[in-house]
Amino acid sequence: MKYILLMTGTKVGVESYLAWSQKDRDAHMAVLQRIAQELTSSGEFVSTQGLAGPEEANVVRGEKGGMPVTDGVFPESKEFLLGYWIVDVATRERAYAIAGRISAAPGPGGMPTNMPIDVRGFATYPGPRSDRR
Amino acid sequence: MKFILMMTAKKADWDEYTKWSKGDLERNVTFMHAFSKELKDSGVFVATEGLAWPGEAKMVHAGKNGEPITDGVFPESKEFLAGYWIIDVESPEQAYKIAARVSAAPGPGGKSGSLPVEVRPVLGSHADLGL
Amino acid sequence: MSDPSDRPIEHLLRELAPQVLSPVVRRFRDFAAAEDAVQEALIAATAQWPREGVPANPRAWLIQVASRRMADHIRSEVARRHREQVAAEETERLALPVDAFTETGEDDALVLLFMCCHPALTPASAIALTLRAVGGLTTAEIANAFLVPEATMAQRITRAKQSIKESGIPFQFPTAEDRAQRLRAVLHVLYLIFNEGYASSAGPHLRRADLSDEAIRLTRIVYHRQSDNEVAGLLALMLLTDARRAARTGPDGELIPLAQQNRTLWDRQQIAEGIALLSAVLPKGSVGPYQLQAAIAAVHDEAARAEDTDWSQILALYDLLRRMSDNPMILLNHAIAAAMVHGPRKGLELLGALDCDPRLAERHRLEAVRAHLLEMAGEHEAAITHYRSAASRAPSIPERNYLMLQAARLSESTDHKAPD
Repeated sequence: MKYILLMTGTKVGVESYLAWSQKDRDAHMAVLQRIAQELTSSGEFVSTQGLAGPEEANVVRGEKGGMPVTDGVFPESKEFLLGYWIVDVATRERAYAIAGRISAAPGPGGMPTNMPIDVRGFATYPGPRSDRR
Repeated sequence: MKFILMMTAKKADWDEYTKWSKGDLERNVTFMHAFSKELKDSGVFVATEGLAWPGEAKMVHAGKNGEPITDGVFPESKEFLAGYWIIDVESPEQAYKIAARVSAAPGPGGKSGSLPVEVRPVLGSHADLGL
Repeated sequence: MSDPSDRPIEHLLRELAPQVLSPVVRRFRDFAAAEDAVQEALIAATAQWPREGVPANPRAWLIQVASRRMADHIRSEVARRHREQVAAEETERLALPVDAFTETGEDDALVLLFMCCHPALTPASAIALTLRAVGGLTTAEIANAFLVPEATMAQRITRAKQSIKESGIPFQFPTAEDRAQRLRAVLHVLYLIFNEGYASSAGPHLRRADLSDEAIRLTRIVYHRQSDNEVAGLLALMLLTDARRAARTGPDGELIPLAQQNRTLWDRQQIAEGIALLSAVLPKGSVGPYQLQAAIAAVHDEAARAEDTDWSQILALYDLLRRMSDNPMILLNHAIAAAMVHGPRKGLELLGALDCDPRLAERHRLEAVRAHLLEMAGEHEAAITHYRSAASRAPSIPERNYLMLQAARLSESTDHKAPD
């Protein structure tokens, strides 16, 4: 079954990430790379995307005179999506375990970031299920 | 250039949506179906997903010994990601136009809506992770 | 078997692929290298046959070419070890006279199928390996069908092969005592493949309907070689279900339930074949779950209109099925049938037993059925609530939309006032 793992953060959180040392950022990316490779090897990887920060975000609300109405203001505390992973796993618990590993990826000084990750299911169409009669 | 178009909703938005009339629902379904088809026909479509309503969603973070800690409490005020489209277009302006189109999807009474659709560039993909 | 020259080359090659792979694997005992060699032979056929015509014995041709490729591969491996003597010996062993293969191709496909549905594999692995080795689908096609990246699917297939290798199970027809159990595993995998194709026929990815076709094709192969009633039952079930495919989806991708389908769109030929299979097999006794499910599908398919459906017969069949399996989906469908025969109250009573069942993973279906029965019983307020609850749990957008529309329809037609 497919699950999406949503990594959310706040504007403050992102700014602090930008202040990490290059070494810490490289270490973090190396762990994520390893996770991605392991998930491909185990046949569970579907996709992952990182998204640009809120400074490059725009919220579109309808059209006026044929032009999109855009608004670029983000309150400091608003949670926004940093990126996501999509995995195809046998059980929900496996999705949580993967999310736990991503959350444990190291931050400054090698300490786990402990970032919160939302684990959500999909509604587009049913995925492969072995419990079907 | 890849962009993600995201639709979010709060619990109250969902509760309201479930009370739309049959005609309004049908109009919206037809519109969304046509919208996805247009994206595919014009060659900008990359992906779309609708997410399951977070009744059973969990928030996870790493525990002391690597065990995941799950927490099922989602506040009423939380904005959930309801679904997204990823498109590959020539410019941000083109992305905003497409977002405006889906933002204006017909709502109650058949009127064009102005749902907030967040548009952001997609940065890294698994290609960047060396896969 | 019909004249090979009648069929398009692509279809012929698809059908022959497992029949060629099997003897090559058996001879050289290296699955991965054998696959590569067979691939090369297929590519050669695709290039040459349109020009030169399909050979009189296409299977033998492919086996010869694949064997030569394998010989080349082994020779180059040996040369790398710089053992001329060994190379000379190996070359002797590699000569393969065509008349060494006397079994029909279908036996080979069946052996492969039995091997790929090894019970040590997870269902997902068995499905991937079966589609690759027996179905002849490319890794990219399988990845596309399951919407994962090609690299991920390639890994699943590789790991599946490794598991089989590590299990030490020889590549041969299972012994009589293993055969029955392995056949059950094969049927289960084929059933899952069919369901995957069928369930997604209501979504935007129409390509996946090919999975249902592939499942039917492979089940036919098993049916031709195994005179087991449950194989006939599964094939009949697939045909009788697939017959309704065209009527399941509306123009906007919306789900159309059985009761509302335009029955003129049903495939009468598939229905006739399914019923013929059942008629031949049911009188033999020892009726199993696939035959029963097929019989239920047949009762639906035989009704000219929804209101002509013989629900008493369906209820009797579900009563029998319930004794064989406590699968909650069967209990759910039994409750629906009971409601149609004895009234909605009876159905709702039976649903109560499922409320506490932790196995009912698809809770939305329980909620949706409850809503439907409450509507039948005239409890519109409660029905609306349960339709909406089901909608919020629906695993697909078409199902969610359908349930929302039911709630909206009921809300409008009922002259009810919202509670304060």
